[in-house]
Amino acid sequence: MNLTLHVWRQKNPQSEGRFVTYQAKNIIPDMSFLEMLDVVNQELIMNGEEPIAFEHDCREGICGSCGMVINGYPHGGHRGTTACQLHMRHFKDGDTITIEPWRARAFPVMKDLIVDRSAFDRIIQAGGFISANTGAAQDANTILVPKQNAEAAMDAAACIGCGACVAACPNASAMLFTAAKIAHLGLLPQGQPERYTRVVRMVEQMDKEGFGGCTNIGECAAACPKEIPLDVIARMNRDLLVAKLKGVN
Amino acid sequence: MAAALTLYRTTIGKKAVMAITGFIGYGFVILHMLGNLKIFEGAEGFNEYAHFLRTVGYPLVPERGLLWVVRIILLTAVILHITAAIQLTRIDWASRPKGYRQIRRKQATFAAMTLRWGGLAIFLFIVYHLAHLTFGLGIPNFGGHETAYQNVVASFSNPINVVIYIAGVGALGMHLYHGVWSMFQTLGLNGPRTDGLWRGLATLSGILLFLGFSAVPVAVFTGLVR
Amino acid sequence: MTTIETRPTTIRPATEYLDPRLNAKIPEGPIERKWERHKFEMKLVSPTNRRRYTIIVVGTGLAGASAAATLGEAGYNVKCYTYHDSPRRAHSISAQGGINAAKNYRNDGDSVFRLFYDTVKGGDFRAREANVYRLAEVSMAIIDQCVAQGVPFAREYSGYLDNRSFGGALVARTFYARGQTGQQLLLGAYQALSRQIGLGQVKMFSRTEMLDLVVIDGRARGIVTRDLVTGKIESHVADAVVLATGGYSNVFYLSTNAKACNTTAIWRAYRRGAFFGNPCFTQIHPTCIPVSGDHQSKLTLMSESLRNDGRVWVPKTPGDKRPPSSIPEDERDYFLERKYPSYGNLAPRDIASRAAKEVCDEGRGVGPGGLGVYLDFSDAIKRLGKKVIEERYGNLFEMYERITGENPYETPMRIYPAPHYTMGGLWVDYNLMSTIPGLFVIGEANFSDHGANRLGASALMQGLADGYFILPYTIADYLASTKLPKVDTSHIAFREAEAEVADRIKRLLNTKGTRTVDMFHRELGRIMWDYCGMARNEAGLKRALELIPELRERFWREVKVPGESNDINQELEKAGRVADFMELAELMCIDALHRDESCGGHFREEHQTEDGEAKRDDENFAYVAAWEFTGLGTKPVLHKEPLIFEYVKPTIRSYK
Repeated sequence: MNLTLHVWRQKNPQSEGRFVTYQAKNIIPDMSFLEMLDVVNQELIMNGEEPIAFEHDCREGICGSCGMVINGYPHGGHRGTTACQLHMRHFKDGDTITIEPWRARAFPVMKDLIVDRSAFDRIIQAGGFISANTGAAQDANTILVPKQNAEAAMDAAACIGCGACVAACPNASAMLFTAAKIAHLGLLPQGQPERYTRVVRMVEQMDKEGFGGCTNIGECAAACPKEIPLDVIARMNRDLLVAKLKGVN
Repeated sequence: MAAALTLYRTTIGKKAVMAITGFIGYGFVILHMLGNLKIFEGAEGFNEYAHFLRTVGYPLVPERGLLWVVRIILLTAVILHITAAIQLTRIDWASRPKGYRQIRRKQATFAAMTLRWGGLAIFLFIVYHLAHLTFGLGIPNFGGHETAYQNVVASFSNPINVVIYIAGVGALGMHLYHGVWSMFQTLGLNGPRTDGLWRGLATLSGILLFLGFSAVPVAVFTGLVR
Repeated sequence: MTTIETRPTTIRPATEYLDPRLNAKIPEGPIERKWERHKFEMKLVSPTNRRRYTIIVVGTGLAGASAAATLGEAGYNVKCYTYHDSPRRAHSISAQGGINAAKNYRNDGDSVFRLFYDTVKGGDFRAREANVYRLAEVSMAIIDQCVAQGVPFAREYSGYLDNRSFGGALVARTFYARGQTGQQLLLGAYQALSRQIGLGQVKMFSRTEMLDLVVIDGRARGIVTRDLVTGKIESHVADAVVLATGGYSNVFYLSTNAKACNTTAIWRAYRRGAFFGNPCFTQIHPTCIPVSGDHQSKLTLMSESLRNDGRVWVPKTPGDKRPPSSIPEDERDYFLERKYPSYGNLAPRDIASRAAKEVCDEGRGVGPGGLGVYLDFSDAIKRLGKKVIEERYGNLFEMYERITGENPYETPMRIYPAPHYTMGGLWVDYNLMSTIPGLFVIGEANFSDHGANRLGASALMQGLADGYFILPYTIADYLASTKLPKVDTSHIAFREAEAEVADRIKRLLNTKGTRTVDMFHRELGRIMWDYCGMARNEAGLKRALELIPELRERFWREVKVPGESNDINQELEKAGRVADFMELAELMCIDALHRDESCGGHFREEHQTEDGEAKRDDENFAYVAAWEFTGLGTKPVLHKEPLIFEYVKPTIRSYK
């Protein structure tokens, strides 16, 4: 099939970007969306043009590298699917596809579809961990974890840090990302000692990075390729309020 | 205490203030609506209710004492709610300096996406509402709370006031449809098990308050109450 | 019923090929005391002195992140590098199935010795016993550490940790977190690393690619990197360098590795004098989604854990094109169950892959091109119900459906082997140090403890064992016992390395040829898959050794790399990596040709038993082949580290 693409091209963070139209020819339904872009890029290179820069790595939906807004939906809008796992069988011959980078003040565009998501790393660095030095641990079965807690923690821990939640949120808020880590660690007994300092530090960093606030709209959870539920945000809110009531600063 | 104050510095803290002040407002509008329905008891009952609001607690507290306490709480709540809303809106608007050419929503409801504008509409409505029915602007033969019933009838005999009123309480209904659920979510009182409950409560609140408030102008306008 | 044959084979006396540079430094004493004893005998760096040392860690996968975090916790100055935007993206994240540990929580007869035994045997007796024993020994501490970090391993209703079984083992010792074990373990290590970054103990360099190793006075003293955003070439000095840069399966172009996985870091170290161990030992994973067309950019693995409940089969008659549901039971060949009754569908990877290739070669393969076999869950669904299967494999089934458009609950999956892991890598001694003093290599990047074939769920174990529990001890010993002169980046060795790197980049950009990097990479992959893939033979390898240098020459003449060097330039990054693959490929073929035996993943068609099993030659090949670089175009020099088996006598590996 043949497609028309409108792709955001931007040389570097300083330059003004613009949409450029490309034709994607002879696309096979079994191709992934990124393989379709590969085809376009190969042609661009052969024509002496710079290929479209986009991040990708595992192409299995787990590394969280890829991310682009496809026809108005982060990752293309199919349930539980990242851009790399989106297949062209979901498109029809003659379709027009608009491809844009994540848009958020905290995620500046670096080139074409590549954005800088290091703000996420800094949120984790602020407190998204359990301070367990190597070697200090006791036997793994010493502390039992109820299965339902382990499962709920795993649901939250499934976050791949792709940033689709920020991209989809009308306020470019990072609440789902931050809350997912807080829920993951806070649901486990090992995460309890630092539970309240963790939430205070992480929220502080999240706000500092320039993400917007949460208006409980739910776009983040709907866009999340790992289907992290919205209730992790309520959990984070509760933990923060309790932390402040306890006087954690 | 210092920590509790630093809470306000976070976006979540501002939201919590909005949720708590919103809850106060929510309680107020429920009582207000129930009070309004006394209009169906006739002029005497309604005016007596208006009088009661001013004397409740007397002589333990001075006349109108409790009314003023409530008014001050409400005013504070409204000021805090609006201040936090403005501050959050500024943060939110700054968070995406360059928008999308095309963005589509999967989850967002109209109520959620227009919450701010709905809030602004409600604010304007309150200003009008106070000016109109509390201070008598635009009501012939306004007699204050002594003639509360007559004031209402006089107001809603005019279709313009009916339309404004219904639009205002419509905005309120929408605001609550998202806001009541949002309140529980923000205060961390939501979870997988309670989500349906709070969504249901929010929907019911939005609809019932809209219908309850609208009943009065409709009844007056259609001649059911005169 | 298993029969483990105990027919010892002859081994040459080790003294015959002793090379002083290949001293493995295996501690004295009985195997179960070696590590303990070594830990005591090694020198220590006092807590206050640690901050005087700078250690470079390249790579942030399980091995790199765990090492950087642990060294940071200990108090060293750590500089950590990744070409990704974030340390969390390293390819360890894609590991699905699980991590082994000899906890014996199932009371099914597991022990350190059994894990050691299974690993040595699984590796077809081509791994160093002492290393493997240590790996099995520290495996338990890894699980403890990860649980303490908050890794949400699967649990039973009682709250205890759950286990599943994996290929090549008769005990259930695999810990898992749904089908995302690698992700959860990596996030644990990433979080520990993030904590150290936040504390300022580790300085993180993201989007920074190591392009050369700097050796001064015979010791590794730093690296040269390219900033992938600005293109700036920079030097970084350290007292020791740790490479944790993963494997090189992408030499095949199509593999289950992430697109950016490459050999550059270890290849540059090889060119600087580190010996390359067993480069031809590659693992072809049996359960991957088959290739669907020429456009394919990578292959997707389906976790080995699926073989716990899925049954592998093909039609009995060649060319049977009926849909699977209309092929009656007696016309199906459950070939793994037939050939290996005791391990059945859980036969080790090399064996399962080869069996699949064999039936496809017989024309009994299924799907487009006949390159596929069925992995059928209908029996398991009948036995356990759809809900249980969904609980166990739901996310894998969904992934399969997203990619193929077929629903595995209703129709059997189609799978085919694909390159997945490389047991080969830089040669290291017991201390994980390469032949360049001060250069340590950990995780998949070293020639590893897996011998000629890695067992499922052991890669994660090895990466974390190296990073958390082994390297931090051995690197201290090196630092404490070595007097290092002070150097800085103005040293001539750094200047020269920088110039070489810059020159190479310039050459790639200035060639302005007619073919893209991907075209060359595909071509290379084709050669490697055809001649150095699942089955190898002398004629094929010799053919490959003609084709590769020729392709490499064409690459440097005809490659077309657009863009500039002072900017994000993904084609340029790719070009440099493919250029190194072109050199590595040759070494792999040289190694495969020289190893005139079959063992584990290295299957030489000339050496097989009557029923097609690998036939080892312990008399002549019970050694690690460590290759020394002598210049491009000249033959590398082979050094041999003899493998001495004192505890597990080499036997014919049988899974029947």
